[in-house]
Amino acid sequence: MDFTLTPEQESFRGEVRAWLSKQMRQDWVARLSRGSDIPRPEAYDLLRRWQRQMYEAGFVGLTWPKEAGGRGLTFMEEMILQQEMALAKAPPVLNILAIGMAGPTIIAYGTDEQKKRYPPKMLSCEEIWCQGYSEPNAGSDLASLQTRAVKDGDAYVINGQKVWTSLAHIADYMMLLARTDPSAPKHKGITYFLLDMKSPGVTVKPLKQMTGDAEFNEVYFDNVRVPASQILGGLDNGWAVGLTTLMYERLALGFGLQVRLRIALDGLVDMARATKKNGIPVTQDPVMRQKLAQLWIDTEVFKYTGARAITKLLKGELPGPEASAGKMMWVEGHQRVQELAMEIQGAFSQLTHGSAWAVADGLWQHTFLRSRANSIEGGTTEIQRNIIGERVLGLPKG
Amino acid sequence: MNFGFNDEQELLRSTARKFFENECGSDTVRRLMGTPEGISPDLWTKLAEQGWLGLVYPEAYDGMGLGLVDLVVLMEEMGRAVVPGPYFSAVLLGGLAILEAGGEAQKKEWLPKIAAGDRRVALAWMEPSAQLGPAGVTLSAVEKGGRYTLSGTKLFVHDAHTADALVVAARTRPGAGADGVSLFLLPKGTKGLEVTLLPTMDQTRKLCEVSLSDVSVGADALLGAAGAGWAPLARVLDRATVALCAEMCGGAQKVLDMTVEYAKIRQAFGRPIGSYQGVKHRAADMLVDVENSKSITYYAAWALDEDAAEAPLAVSMAKAYVSDAYRRVAAAGIQLHGGIGFTWEHDLHLYFKRAKGSEFTFGDATHHRERVAQLVNL
Repeated sequence: MDFTLTPEQESFRGEVRAWLSKQMRQDWVARLSRGSDIPRPEAYDLLRRWQRQMYEAGFVGLTWPKEAGGRGLTFMEEMILQQEMALAKAPPVLNILAIGMAGPTIIAYGTDEQKKRYPPKMLSCEEIWCQGYSEPNAGSDLASLQTRAVKDGDAYVINGQKVWTSLAHIADYMMLLARTDPSAPKHKGITYFLLDMKSPGVTVKPLKQMTGDAEFNEVYFDNVRVPASQILGGLDNGWAVGLTTLMYERLALGFGLQVRLRIALDGLVDMARATKKNGIPVTQDPVMRQKLAQLWIDTEVFKYTGARAITKLLKGELPGPEASAGKMMWVEGHQRVQELAMEIQGAFSQLTHGSAWAVADGLWQHTFLRSRANSIEGGTTEIQRNIIGERVLGLPKG
Repeated sequence: MNFGFNDEQELLRSTARKFFENECGSDTVRRLMGTPEGISPDLWTKLAEQGWLGLVYPEAYDGMGLGLVDLVVLMEEMGRAVVPGPYFSAVLLGGLAILEAGGEAQKKEWLPKIAAGDRRVALAWMEPSAQLGPAGVTLSAVEKGGRYTLSGTKLFVHDAHTADALVVAARTRPGAGADGVSLFLLPKGTKGLEVTLLPTMDQTRKLCEVSLSDVSVGADALLGAAGAGWAPLARVLDRATVALCAEMCGGAQKVLDMTVEYAKIRQAFGRPIGSYQGVKHRAADMLVDVENSKSITYYAAWALDEDAAEAPLAVSMAKAYVSDAYRRVAAAGIQLHGGIGFTWEHDLHLYFKRAKGSEFTFGDATHHRERVAQLVNL
């Protein structure tokens, strides 16, 4: 057991830290330090430029192989990068669905042509990706998806609908799961397509969320033609390919989530210090101290459970279903941070952006509302518990 | 970075698991917990033969010279088997107090004998106020003419009734701070020293009341310098706390294992109960509790071994987390077993009671959360 870094890793940390201290935009630091860890729609342009800057400095796709445009480093460097970004309160990478999911899946399953064509533009943020998995009648039960892909010459014709599609309104490509063989059992007969979002017949309709923002969308396919060369990982093999993506999703999230939780917690502690109740700062109230300390502990525990998972990865083991536990922990921790933020604000928690009385210009109200989605997006907490129960503990399926 | 155990540690784990399965199965635990001693000379000798009684002592005192990360492995296995007896008190409390506070002669005299299983030393530090921290030490030690007179009551003393000697924390200068706390080493049978065994919920762990009335000892009974006993005592308590957390992790893992096995075979409404989400989801929550408990405990052990600046913080984070987690896991284990889990015959209550006792040993979650709040300057 050893938590120390090698001299190379220390030097990498120094490289990241020096770069961030020079490049970080101070308006972002101020904003994120107040707890907003979620990019809002109006921030997309800024985030696109930020990822481009990070890419040019060589800080995107650290673990990707060099031939895919990455640096061929280990998960340790990725973890160091994420930690430093948290310390600097740096904005997240915008093209996260590409970097975290689509890219690794293409690198694992793609043809030489696909591997050459797509990953580099993911890293540079020239092409943004979204994930076409969920449908109105296929969420947790993803395998019952109904979007159809019918062969027509050397192309497939897509008809159907996706929903809750984050970034679809600015995306250039979609990881699309569609049914190619309706007569096969539901987990078979699904194919993974790389869909150009500018194809005729694709319609994106923003969905307004309970926050008032429209981060995600409905996507309609009306006779959309996709060349057969855009299939990833073989015809009717989409379930296996799609699961690989989800595995990487939880892995990528695992690194990022720990950082985001830390940022949110630091913001919460700052707010608690600055807030007085009954004449004393909230941080001196014994009940509040207990709650804040518990969140502090949970955030650290999350970090070390993550470190154990990374140790497994470094030993060459694949990311396993344990990642589901990490996702669940983050959800629980983050929702409690947001709940506590409201509790600390008390009556003021009712006031939002636009009121001079609102705390931090209503930022916390937004992140509080947004946090309700955490236990639904990326696999509901109920599904994560099923995965842990069945695939880690070996309990029988229901 | 490597957050895993090495081959020697994995070997220690498999050796220990097999050892306790053979030497300390449920029948043995139940037999021993029913005796006042809570241990048999035979089992104690076998533990000594394995080298485990001196695992964390330097080789100069006939120990194995291993660290807390190694100890964590052994403690997890002991917790898994709810091993009864004075390992905790003799090796980790009394023994470590001598190692941390004692002079060279005291260490040479006692530690090899503890490691060999020939002597046991208990640590008497808490009092009826149950207050943790230096303010809780009020038992007076009045100096006159080079001798000390000790009077007062110690409570929650592990295994004092079977110990050959007691380390007693006393106050040689009045006050509530760390300054003025002294440690004395008193042999069994010292005049004025009375030990009473107390009935405990967790029968595998024996607690005593120790009363001292005008116990008169020479300055040679001091462990270390007079008035400077709190710092070494705090180091002992941090180490023992992490060892306890590891023991709790092992117990929690065993409860989870028993529960999962049961949920796979027990049928209700024509299906294994583990197929129902009401059961499956609670089992998943148990797993998260167990895995997180291990993560923070391992980290705390490493931080102590490395003498890292944040070691005390890591210790308190671990005890706060694991205290709550083991309690939740043990309760869920009983619930998911149903009626059978509530019987005396089933082993679950041994773990449930151990979880409860451990929760309040060296401070509960509330105490350690406040310590975390202080250490991170909330």
